Amino acid sequence: MKRIVEYLKSLLLLELAAGLWLTLKYMFKPKFTMYFPMETIPRSVRFRGLHALRRYPNGEERCIACKLCEAVCPALAITIDSAPRASDGQRRTTRYDIDLFKCIYCGFCEESCPVDSIVLTDILEYHMERRGENIITKPQLLAMGDRFEKSIAANRAQDAAYR
Amino acid sequence: MSMSSDPMIFLWALAKILVIAVPLIIAVAMYVWWERKVIGWMHVRIGPNKIGPFGLLQAFADVTKLLIKEIIIPTNANRFLYFTAPLLSVIPALAVWAIIPFDNGVVLSNANAGVLFLLAMTSLGVYGIILAGWASNSRYALLGAMRSAAQMISYEICIGMALVCVLILAGSLNFTAIVEAQAGSKGLFDWFWLPLLPMFFVFYISGVAETNRLPFDVAEGESEIVAGFHVEYSGSAFALFFLAEYANMILLSFIAPILFMGGWLSPFQGWHLGWLSAPGWWWLILKFFVFATSLLWLRATFPRYRYDQIMRLGWKVFIPISIAWIFVAGLFKYFNVVTAGH
Repeated sequence: MKRIVEYLKSLLLLELAAGLWLTLKYMFKPKFTMYFPMETIPRSVRFRGLHALRRYPNGEERCIACKLCEAVCPALAITIDSAPRASDGQRRTTRYDIDLFKCIYCGFCEESCPVDSIVLTDILEYHMERRGENIITKPQLLAMGDRFEKSIAANRAQDAAYR
Repeated sequence: MSMSSDPMIFLWALAKILVIAVPLIIAVAMYVWWERKVIGWMHVRIGPNKIGPFGLLQAFADVTKLLIKEIIIPTNANRFLYFTAPLLSVIPALAVWAIIPFDNGVVLSNANAGVLFLLAMTSLGVYGIILAGWASNSRYALLGAMRSAAQMISYEICIGMALVCVLILAGSLNFTAIVEAQAGSKGLFDWFWLPLLPMFFVFYISGVAETNRLPFDVAEGESEIVAGFHVEYSGSAFALFFLAEYANMILLSFIAPILFMGGWLSPFQGWHLGWLSAPGWWWLILKFFVFATSLLWLRATFPRYRYDQIMRLGWKVFIPISIAWIFVAGLFKYFNVVTAGH
């Protein structure tokens, strides 16, 4: 008896009709598509995007070359060299390279930084055109920090209460 | 040849061919756009929307891209057959439109053996696919061609038997006569879908299998054999296969209403509803649109059949049903249950 019922079910295409009904319903549902370049989804203040090195308000760079970020980086993406600065003998980085191909954007560098120097901004749209451009250097990182300091500081301030 | 003696007849025939072929090719482009839109909506996406209003020109952009692309010929391909194959699939797909009536009397060739011509032309199309698979000198292409051949043979039998049922009731091989045989005073209940309901589904599903569309697209089977028979084709040669496939889908969407759904007859015929009851080409276009969209609907809904399931469906389900219903149709005709025409 069960076999006959099953046979009639498949012969009358009942399950196929149920499937067609489902797709028909989906056809008239509101669409989720984002018109990407024209509109973007809201981004969290904790978003971990492209890196930047920040400065103090007086223009002094924050990084003191403690190399905690280099040590904590799980992907070994950060390379730091340091030396006493010529002007006042303070310990500073002479080289601060991040390999964007190695970086996994985990944010450990930002977490480990005692002076809030290295940060991950909320920028996610960037590209490289030539080999070698994947390694961003200290001047580039500082420039990023200078350019986006306002949004970096605003995002940090908004998130500070929950840390 | 009367062609040289009377150039006007030749030019007149050429004009008639262009009047059918050019809208057909534009319809293929629009159909591709509509397919991408409908499938997008069913996937809760929006489909093409950038090129032209509502993305309407998307298909033309695709065609332009295909035409300016290089045609890459596989090293050990049989060059003659390699280039003959796309032509062999596109020429029958276009030639078959000669016998399709769009309204009473609006037909390029009102052939008395129209159904026979249809069967012959749609069967020829498969040679293009088989040759493409063989001439490409590729394993995937050959597998696709073999699958396609076996599938076509199985399902052409079902299509033939469904046509036999229609012929028994209509008493003619002429498409115009078949449509006129569905005229009557009971509206859409005079059409052949009602007495031939199982055959209508058999014909429609076999037609989907014949056009190599999902869920019967094992000849293409991207997830198993990359792109099947046309895996080695690129540029304009691929565009011809594409054109043939979509022209065949449009053909199926015209043939199914003509044979089973009263062609250009109104679904309210004989109910005295003014212009709603009047026959006209707009009814055929409307029915075509419904059938064409249903093909896309199937594609968005069903996964590909397994190969043995396709064979089982064709040989163990459709053919017995078809044979049984030929007898039923004969009985209908013998006892005058279905009256053909007015």
